[in-house]
Amino acid sequence: MVEGLRKSFGKLEVLRGIDLELAEHEVVCLIGASGSGKSTLLRCINLLEPVDAGRIVLRGEEITARGVDVNRVRRGIGIVFQAFNLFPHMSVLENVTLGPRKALSLRKPEADARAIALLDRFGLADKRDEYPDRLSGGQQQRVAIVRALAMQPGLLLLDEVTSALDPELVAEVLEVIRELATEGMTMLIATHEMSFARDVAHRVCFLDEGVILEQGAPEEIFGAPREPRTQQFLQRIVAAGRL
Amino acid sequence: MVLLTVVAVLVVRSPGWDEVKQAFFARDQFEKSFPDILGAFWTNVKIFLIAEVFILVLALGIAVLRSLPGPVFFPLRALAVVYVDLFRGIPTILVIYILGFGVPALQLQGVPISPLFWGTVGLIVVYSAYVSEVYRAGIESVHPSQSAAARSLGLTHGQALRYVVVPQAVRRIIPPLLNDFIGLQKDTALVALLGVVEAFRQSQIEVAATFNYTPYLATALLFVLITIPMARFTDWLLARDKRRQLAGGVR
Repeated sequence: MVEGLRKSFGKLEVLRGIDLELAEHEVVCLIGASGSGKSTLLRCINLLEPVDAGRIVLRGEEITARGVDVNRVRRGIGIVFQAFNLFPHMSVLENVTLGPRKALSLRKPEADARAIALLDRFGLADKRDEYPDRLSGGQQQRVAIVRALAMQPGLLLLDEVTSALDPELVAEVLEVIRELATEGMTMLIATHEMSFARDVAHRVCFLDEGVILEQGAPEEIFGAPREPRTQQFLQRIVAAGRL
Repeated sequence: MVLLTVVAVLVVRSPGWDEVKQAFFARDQFEKSFPDILGAFWTNVKIFLIAEVFILVLALGIAVLRSLPGPVFFPLRALAVVYVDLFRGIPTILVIYILGFGVPALQLQGVPISPLFWGTVGLIVVYSAYVSEVYRAGIESVHPSQSAAARSLGLTHGQALRYVVVPQAVRRIIPPLLNDFIGLQKDTALVALLGVVEAFRQSQIEVAATFNYTPYLATALLFVLITIPMARFTDWLLARDKRRQLAGGVR
């Protein structure tokens, strides 16, 4: 799916040849130190960053090819950001319905119904008329996930979605992602929550200096990592009490 | 306050005060000229209101042109830059002269020759350049992550601007925008240079008839009276924004 992906910002080469394949309904977690390229990879897949070299193929279509309608591609790929990025001037309901109404041209009643069903499912029904700054971080992030889901994407990208949250709010967001995983949503998750990655991922990829250094089932990566760099990284995580 | 008193005392004690008092503060002249000036002032208000609407739309258009990404839109971006550089650079008074005397002299069929029309166009052209920069600052103050979030939903650049970036930008720029409009209100007096009888012109006429300067004072008073409510409104908006930011800080 991702082949030989390279991306530089100026002289800094962030991604140095990424090869990664995702099956339908698969949940893949990206782990690695800050600056290893996890976020950049996700942003490249959503075409928010142009790639320098390599290709990304989504369901047989090369989406990095010239002349591809990026807006159409993005409609099929949801992304949730670390800092939520909700629209502060819109209510929760308006946040969630903007994409379906403007990008999918759904009528308001239809878009509203879809949004309300999703908000209901994730325990946010009573928040639909609130503005983002009236919600807790956990609620905001759940709204952001609902906003991405309202587009009914075939692939969901999650970019360290719990990193900006207070510790006591992390669980409610992870719970939502767990539920999506059980339903068979295809997800690529950049995360620092190792125990969560171990539970939810079908496969874990360790990113180091712009390449996937090691990948495998969670029990392999967390139980018996082969690469010294992976071992080092996990030791630091354990020392920090995060695993 | 002390300074004000000192200045007042100096003015009143100055050797020419009695003559100035006669020339500028003649009550009978004030009462006589005020109704006509007030009537003419209505022209200023009309110029202001009409110009304001066009400026808001035109300036936003220019700002949006300047924000278009990619090399494809370079000509449009360049056009917007040239426009702003040009009309911010030329003194307003010259733009009004050139348009007001130049265009009617071309004697083109179907083109209005009314100095009121061209004076107002001059103000629109100049102020659009200023206001487009205010818009642009507002658009650029909205964090790129907002635009990224909108684009990630599959919205086009235009839709992201229309629904996400510009609404947030406009909220932020209302105070500086009102500041520019206070300037515009005053500059409506420049249209008098084309011979349009607005408040300033009317007061000139009165002064010429009586050799008494009190009508100027009456006009000044009118301009102050109409800008003060707008200034207070701006203050109120700023204070409200500040309160909201404080409230929004608590998550």
